[in-house]
Amino acid sequence: MTERDDGLNRRKVLECMTWAGTGVLWTVAGGVPTSLGIIDEAVAAQQKGFTFLQISDSHMGFDKPANPNAKGTLEEAIARVRALPVKPSFMIHTGDISHLSKPSEFDDAEHIISQARLDVHYVPGEHDLLDEEQGKLYRDRYGRGTKGAGWYSFDADGVHFIGLVNVVDLKAGGLGNLGAEQLAWLEDDVKGRASSQPIVVFAHIPLWSVYPDWGWGTQDSERALSFLKRFGSVTVLNGHIHQVMQKVEGNVTFHTARSTAFPQPAPGAAPSPGPMKVEDAKLRSMLGVASINFKQGDERLAIIDTPLQS
Amino acid sequence: MNFARTLALGAMVLLVTIAIAAPARADETQVKIDNFTFNPQQITVKAGATVVWTNGDDIPHTVTSKTMAFRSKALDTDDKFSFTFATPGKYDYFCSLHPHMTGTIVVETATGSAAPP
Repeated sequence: MTERDDGLNRRKVLECMTWAGTGVLWTVAGGVPTSLGIIDEAVAAQQKGFTFLQISDSHMGFDKPANPNAKGTLEEAIARVRALPVKPSFMIHTGDISHLSKPSEFDDAEHIISQARLDVHYVPGEHDLLDEEQGKLYRDRYGRGTKGAGWYSFDADGVHFIGLVNVVDLKAGGLGNLGAEQLAWLEDDVKGRASSQPIVVFAHIPLWSVYPDWGWGTQDSERALSFLKRFGSVTVLNGHIHQVMQKVEGNVTFHTARSTAFPQPAPGAAPSPGPMKVEDAKLRSMLGVASINFKQGDERLAIIDTPLQS
Repeated sequence: MNFARTLALGAMVLLVTIAIAAPARADETQVKIDNFTFNPQQITVKAGATVVWTNGDDIPHTVTSKTMAFRSKALDTDDKFSFTFATPGKYDYFCSLHPHMTGTIVVETATGSAAPP
């Protein structure tokens, strides 16, 4: 295969289908996550490699006009996950589990998401740290075995997964923030790993500059990515912006997943990034999950974004 | 007797006047949070004035002083936060959830002279 063919394939593979309201299905093949264009392809890829799901921005407790029933659409998303022909290995949740960090909201999320019967690896969004003690509720529930504000890493099927927290100690006028302590931990965490090992990084706010005017970026993400430069395959999965966006930069693929709760406008397309009210009939085409498939031998993970309704 | 009655009446009128004036107190200034901005973004008040922030967005925000001089809880839609500025000075604040949202309160001395830099 020529490089050119490879490039074209990659581009084709990286096209994201929009399933509304579900999650992103990721396939890891040979070290790089890729997105598959159609579900049949995804199923085929799953059979060759291993697949995990990304779900994001559940916002339990949200009841405003943009979606008065965020609980219902999360239930629909999880029903879709349960109906997948091949069971994913696990799920990652990229934050904003709750809308206001209330115990009842975390309870609802746990009750619904547990019905997927998958292990779930969480990172917090800014909406999950609103309790008096700024995140104690989150850390008590989801933080076991994590460092600092809730960061950690683990290995699965030869892929190294890194969950980062970029929603703590935000500075006036700034963007998402990882902070010196977490960066030092990250540098140490990847030290000594073979450059051939595929890396998947997940965090709530995008780790690339999507739209700084709306705070859609992380001020010290460049530093984090510098530690990952030598790796042949790096996939960065984020939430926060409630829409699918993707960028490929060298060996790094950046991808954001849909919310299951409500859509947000495209960068600059509205006066603010607030919840976007769309026609009822359109809502489910703008919510969703993602699935990611990994196959040994391929360079990129296959990512499929699936809306709750096409 | 007549004098005492007049005095009492006068005091009552004064009290009523104060009670009527209370809902729109002159020393209370409103800041509206809308479309991820503080409106007005900068205001000048006299020492002793109270500033009331109201969140008009469908997303929670906070009012957080850069120096932690004041800090609200997360304000859900229509929630309010108020703070009384006793000391003249310049108070920069932001939303700790969406830090690109910033605002400033300038507090002058009660007599109206400009705040020290």
